[in-house]
Amino acid sequence: MGARPDEVVFTGPLAPAAQAVVAGLALGRRRVGRLVVTSTVEHSAVLAAAEAYGEHVAVGVDRVGRLDLDAWTEAVGRPGVALACLQVANHEVGTLQPYAAAAQACRAAGVPLVLDATTVLGRIDTTDLGGWSVLLGWAGAYGGPASIGFTVVRRGTRWRAPFPADDHQQGRWPGVVDVPAVWSAVAALDAVMTSRDVVGDRQRALVDRLRREVALRVPDVDLAGDPVGRVPHLLTFSALYVDGETLTLELDRAGFAVASGSACSASSEHPSHVLAAMGALTHGNVRLGVSRTTTGAEVDAFLDVLPGLVTEIRGRLGAA
Amino acid sequence: MSAPGDAAGDSVDLFLDCTGLRCPRPIIEIARRIGDVGVGGLVELLADDPATTPDLAAWCRMRGQELVSSAAPRFVVRRLR
Repeated sequence: MGARPDEVVFTGPLAPAAQAVVAGLALGRRRVGRLVVTSTVEHSAVLAAAEAYGEHVAVGVDRVGRLDLDAWTEAVGRPGVALACLQVANHEVGTLQPYAAAAQACRAAGVPLVLDATTVLGRIDTTDLGGWSVLLGWAGAYGGPASIGFTVVRRGTRWRAPFPADDHQQGRWPGVVDVPAVWSAVAALDAVMTSRDVVGDRQRALVDRLRREVALRVPDVDLAGDPVGRVPHLLTFSALYVDGETLTLELDRAGFAVASGSACSASSEHPSHVLAAMGALTHGNVRLGVSRTTTGAEVDAFLDVLPGLVTEIRGRLGAA
Repeated sequence: MSAPGDAAGDSVDLFLDCTGLRCPRPIIEIARRIGDVGVGGLVELLADDPATTPDLAAWCRMRGQELVSSAAPRFVVRRLR
């Protein structure tokens, strides 16, 4: 990850880790100001931390979910910015952000950048992600234990513990380190990095095929995210006049486990903030993750059942 | 609150009350009924599901219709095709 060993802190899942990073930088830079700059499509844990510990400035994205760099540069250049936070790639639609240029803008403005690498660890080369001050990662995103995350804090970063510090990890994360869990998090990362290019090429080809065929076989479907500048394994699309909950249940019955960012399937009553920020359709949404072992035959089987299920659900809703 | 039929300062040709309907039903409703007004006509939609704001905009983009105004829970669409 391009980090020195003493810069690595073993934390927990993304939500508490993001809270500690945002709160700690806001504390360390409170004399500078209270503004916390993020994109509109960050993980909800990051957005919640930005709202909780500072004055949140959200920078918009385009139709594929890519950051508006000019607006970002303007925002981080304002007086009173405590920190900025940006994903390397989006967790719902997979679009890669212009993280190196965004980091350059932060460096020029003297603003520490938190780079959220959760979606890309083990999937792209992360040894040279540019001029970040803090890097966030989570083992659960690449097949490791969900209890372990890591935060890399560059030397010289003005971060202060936002909690009563103890003797563990130089006061940067409270409590005893769960060594066996950290060991398996690192072993899992080693494993995915070893086979990264081979697996990534195969996943990229499968997602390319899914993207092309879903558009051809299902009428009125809105494909989300950048078709090229993306992580290899994700595809998100929304089918008009379909509710996401029914579609995910029917796909599950057919043997396919998929997620949905539709409000009607999630616990929240609000639609996906990522899809809404991109101007994408939020209902009838399916987020497909191609795993390390997904085969071409499984992709074919999915493509065979999907059009019929969509037609049937549309008929049920009176939208046929 | 303005009465149905005078949204955006124009008289609307069709008023659809989808209050209480969950996504995607308000969108299905306007798709089924927009053909009831002539090309250039206005449809006013009242819908309180929070997904209506992004989804009506996406529907207009996908189906080539014009979103005249979007101020939840009140929306106005012009039929273009």
